Amino acid sequence: MSTKMTIIATKGTLDWAYPPFILGSTAAALDFDVTIFFTFYGLTLLRKKITAQVSPLGNPAMPMKMPMGPKWFRNITWNIPNFVQSLVPGYEALATTLMKKTISNVGVASVGELRELCQEAGVKMLACQMTVDLFGFEQSDFIDGIEFVGASTYLDVASDAQINLFT
Amino acid sequence: MADADQVLDCSGLNCPLPVLKTKKAVDAMSPGQVLQMISTDPGSQNDITAWCKRTNNELLGSATEGGKFIFSIKKS
Repeated sequence: MSTKMTIIATKGTLDWAYPPFILGSTAAALDFDVTIFFTFYGLTLLRKKITAQVSPLGNPAMPMKMPMGPKWFRNITWNIPNFVQSLVPGYEALATTLMKKTISNVGVASVGELRELCQEAGVKMLACQMTVDLFGFEQSDFIDGIEFVGASTYLDVASDAQINLFT
Repeated sequence: MADADQVLDCSGLNCPLPVLKTKKAVDAMSPGQVLQMISTDPGSQNDITAWCKRTNNELLGSATEGGKFIFSIKKS
């Protein structure tokens, strides 16, 4: 019998979108039977269009580097004061654009691409119905092929799994 | 290294794409056929070994040539 793995995805920012989709798609490639339960902010990763952004504010370990220019320039870590990050309009949009550029520069897949690979590989995706109601979403806001469930459905699947992760 | 039935170039791709593309390619092959996979991701050395172990496909050998990692994988 194949190894079973579940992941709980609770965060919806661009950086945190990666762990569930990377681990899920890779586990499926290892012939694991994979289920991901998307809840709270993680639920937004199942919307038709992924709009995840990254915020350097409150994310002190995130290196701020430029994805263009000569190598010495790319290697500079820019220490932007918190008050600038919080007051400059569009700062997160800029940081997201730079992060996406870095991601494609180094050959890392986009979140949308990884989500498609998960779907193709048969990763089961469960959406938390309570979160849908909490944030006023409609089931039609989300991609096809997912199930809307509650905590006990997730726990039932998890109780049979060898690996259960929380991201 | 054994003659390959198919070559998959994953140069420039980062984790987990080399493993995912290898899986797709091997799935489409027949048992006994050999896939040659080329990668530039240093992590793929351990990753492909682990993938072969988990999926019971045979890693016939691997080599490093000028910053490229070349794997020979036999579908079980």
